Amino acid sequence: MARYDRAITVFSPDGHLFQVEYALEAVRKGNAAVGVRGTDTIVLGVEKKSTPKLQDSRSVRKIVSLDTHIALACAGLKADARVLINRARIECQSHRLTVEDPVTVEYITRYIAGLQQKYTQSGGVRPFGLSTLIVGFDPYTGVPALYQTDPSGTFSAWKANATGRNSNSMREFLEKNYKETSGQETVKLAIRALLEVVESGGKNIEIAVMTKEHGLRQLEEAEIDAIVAEIEAEKAAAEAAKKAPSRDT
Amino acid sequence: MECVFGMVGDGFALVAADTSAVHSILVHKSNEDKVMILDSHKLLGASGEAGDRVQFTEYIQKNVHVYEFRNGIPLTTAATANFTRCELALALRKNPYFVNILLAGYDKNIGPSLYYIDYIATLHKVDKGAFGYGSYFSLSMMDRHYKSGMSLEEAIDLVDKCIIEIRSRLVVAPPNFVIKIVDKDGAREYAWRESIKDAAGVSAA
Repeated sequence: MARYDRAITVFSPDGHLFQVEYALEAVRKGNAAVGVRGTDTIVLGVEKKSTPKLQDSRSVRKIVSLDTHIALACAGLKADARVLINRARIECQSHRLTVEDPVTVEYITRYIAGLQQKYTQSGGVRPFGLSTLIVGFDPYTGVPALYQTDPSGTFSAWKANATGRNSNSMREFLEKNYKETSGQETVKLAIRALLEVVESGGKNIEIAVMTKEHGLRQLEEAEIDAIVAEIEAEKAAAEAAKKAPSRDT
Repeated sequence: MECVFGMVGDGFALVAADTSAVHSILVHKSNEDKVMILDSHKLLGASGEAGDRVQFTEYIQKNVHVYEFRNGIPLTTAATANFTRCELALALRKNPYFVNILLAGYDKNIGPSLYYIDYIATLHKVDKGAFGYGSYFSLSMMDRHYKSGMSLEEAIDLVDKCIIEIRSRLVVAPPNFVIKIVDKDGAREYAWRESIKDAAGVSAA
């Protein structure tokens, strides 16, 4: 087995590309990220691991704009993310330059996934160690979309998804609790999913909301705290109504 | 025959350009917008070879946008002017662009500014500037009537004076002009000055 994980371009006898799988491991160690698609709102949330006291937290933006109508959050190696995001931003403008149209969410996802795949087939390079959640509105139909890519270069569309640390728990929560939402309800659903795996509090969560009219808006810590308080209150009310001992979350 | 001119006023800058698209003796259209809105607070008025004009200005616009996405803040007007000049200079001794540019912008702590960039990559920061045959008339009018810190009404009045001179004195004067302004509230179209409207069918001139 050990002989088949050095070079990226080499398959193992049982059909694995070990470097790609190790890259997925790197993703699993990265911070939690969640994306939820509503009817008119799409929400991205990431876990903020404790900020060192002396660090300027504004310089560590984990949810970024690729274009006025497309945003991206990722889990995994942040340095790799910078490279991919840079290429994607250039591609968004290049697309506008050549065809005079903004990119669709699917197009840019396909482009990013294509880049990630290239690095699983060329010799001498390692794959990008990150999975991305890409959200946006179709520039003409206004339909919201959420896509995910991973180090192998596959991509697919989702109603809601999570990646990074404890993504399985978050995805399970979303599968149980997903329903078509809009506006603030979508934001609440995303935060509730994140709270499953993150110590609660606005300090540990970064949330960005994308709407057709206003593009991407990062929520202030105070706003997040307010919504978290609402969620806690709702939880407490639900438990009191059930009159059962509270579950560990 | 293409006329582009501009000036800086009190808290704003404006660029006016003719709107004819001409090929030898034929006027393709009289409502071609040659003043591009580069980003929220910048205007790029361009004249010259039609293909180069569109190609070059769109290229500059997209690069300005990439900068803003990458860095989270927009380029300053001065930086944009220097970037534009550099692109012209790099292409000059290989495959030059025949485009003359007036770049007007508003920066928060600097105020309005206007840059004159010609096709051989000359760059000057100016209060008033003009390109084309129309410049013989508009520069003279501006030399006579321009003062620094003019209000918008005074500046538009001066623009209208320049347009009247161009229309009456230039042999193949363009009939229509567009005026765009940029100030603290952003870059936007201000007005058109039309003496011929493009109409489907017979035009009544």
